[in-house]
Amino acid sequence: MKILCTTVLIFYILFVKGQNDNMAYVAGGKFVPLYGSVNKKPISIDPFFLDKTPVTHQEFLSFINKYPKWQRNKVKKIFAGENYLEKWPSDTNFPKELQNSPVTQISWFAAKAYCECVGKRLPTVNEWEFAAMASQTEIDARKNEAFTREILSGYETPNTYKKEVGISKANYWGIYDLHNMVWEWTLDFNSIMISGENRDKNNTNLFCGASALGADDLMNYAAFMRYAFRSSIQANFSINSLGFRCAQDLKEKG
Amino acid sequence: MKKTKNIFSLCYLFLLLFVSCAQKENEINTSLKTHTSKVVNLDEIDEMSIYHLPAQWNTQDGKTIELKDLNGNILVAVMIYTSCKAACPRLVADMRNIDKKVGRKNNKNIFYLLVSIDPVTDTPERLKLFSKENKMTEDYWIFLQGTEETVRDFANVLAVKYNQISPIDFSHSNIISVFDEHGVLRHQQEGLGVDNEETVAVIKKLSN
Repeated sequence: MKILCTTVLIFYILFVKGQNDNMAYVAGGKFVPLYGSVNKKPISIDPFFLDKTPVTHQEFLSFINKYPKWQRNKVKKIFAGENYLEKWPSDTNFPKELQNSPVTQISWFAAKAYCECVGKRLPTVNEWEFAAMASQTEIDARKNEAFTREILSGYETPNTYKKEVGISKANYWGIYDLHNMVWEWTLDFNSIMISGENRDKNNTNLFCGASALGADDLMNYAAFMRYAFRSSIQANFSINSLGFRCAQDLKEKG
Repeated sequence: MKKTKNIFSLCYLFLLLFVSCAQKENEINTSLKTHTSKVVNLDEIDEMSIYHLPAQWNTQDGKTIELKDLNGNILVAVMIYTSCKAACPRLVADMRNIDKKVGRKNNKNIFYLLVSIDPVTDTPERLKLFSKENKMTEDYWIFLQGTEETVRDFANVLAVKYNQISPIDFSHSNIISVFDEHGVLRHQQEGLGVDNEETVAVIKKLSN
C-alpha cells in the first residue's frame, strides 16, 4: 500500500502538478559553477521545481492586490529602492503592454515575499545556474559555442524585458526565458563576491573580463556576466532589467 | 482517485499558503501589541529603519530579542562568526577600538552588535564563550544568533556579502555599520584595520 501511495504521489508530482501550476521539474545532478565550488569540485543539486516562466506583471499585480504593503506607495523604503515599480501609472496598474512581460524594478525583498506567499521560494544561485546551462536538447550545453553565443547576444540586446514570457523555445527541462529576457533574483545572490574586499585566499583567482575573450572561455564569459551582475547589486535595488521566478523543494509540493 | 487527490492537494496547498502568509501578519501584530507600552510603533518609525525587520534573535545570554527592542539607542553592528581565524579577530578588535575611542560618557546609550553569519555553530553558549575570551563582557556588547533566513535578510539590509566555503569557513565583507536612535543606517566603514576616525565622529555626534 505504501509503495502504491508513493508511486501515485511521485506520478502526481511529476505529471499532474508539474503541468498544472506552471512549474518544471529539474532532476538535479552535479556541475561545476563558475564560482562557489572549492577547487573546482562538482556541486550537487537536489531535484527541485522551477517556474517555467519569469513572474509577469499580471501575476505580480495579483500579489500586490492581496498584500497591499508591497504597493509602490506603501512599501517601506528599506525593502525597496526609489525605482520600485517606477513604470506603473498607479499603485494597482501596470503599463498595459507589459501584462505578460516579466515584472521588473522589484527588490529582492519583494521577490522573496512574492515567492513565500505562493508557497515557494527564490532559487539559489546554484539551482538557477544549473537549470540555465541546459539548451533545448542538453542538460549541460555550456561547451556548445552556438548556445553560449546566443546568450551573449541576448546580453547585448536592449529592452529584452519588454518581451512576452513563454514564447521562446523551452530548454531541456521545459523552462523558458532563463536567457535573453531579464536578469533574475536568486535567494543567495549576496554570496557572490567579485571584488577586492574578498580576503579569502581560495578565491583570489579572480576572473578578468579582458582575459575571457578567447574562444575557450566563452562560456565562462557569459557566466561571468551574471556573477558580476549579482555581485554588484543590493537587495533593495529595483532595476529595469531585473526580474525573478520562484522555485520549490520536492517535499513542499504535494 | 486521481481527481480526488488533486482536489485534496490543492486544498492543502491553499491552506499552506494561507497559513504561512497569515502567520507572518500575525507575528507582526502580536509583537506590535507586546511593544505598545514602549512607544515603538511600526507605522511611525522611519521607512529606512532596521526595526522593520520582524526577526527574533537569541543573545549570548539566552534572551530572545527583536531589533526594535533596541529602539532609542545608537547601534554599531558588524557581522562575524566565532570559528573565524582570519578577518574576524581584526574586525572584533576594530569594534573594541571604536568603543574605546567613543567612550561611555555619551547622552544616548550605545550598543555594539556582533551578528553571527553562522547561526548553526554560533549558539548562545558559544557566543557567550567568545565574548568572555575577547573580554567583551559588558552589557553593551550584544552577540546575536539568528537563522539562516534572518541573517540573510539582515546582511542584505547592510549590503553585506558572505559565502560559506566549508562547514566552518565563510568569506564575508568587512563592514561596520552605524545606526541612529531610529534604526536608520547613517555610516558604514569598510575594510580591516582602517582609520576609524570618521566612524567614531559619527557615533559621537549621533549619541550626543
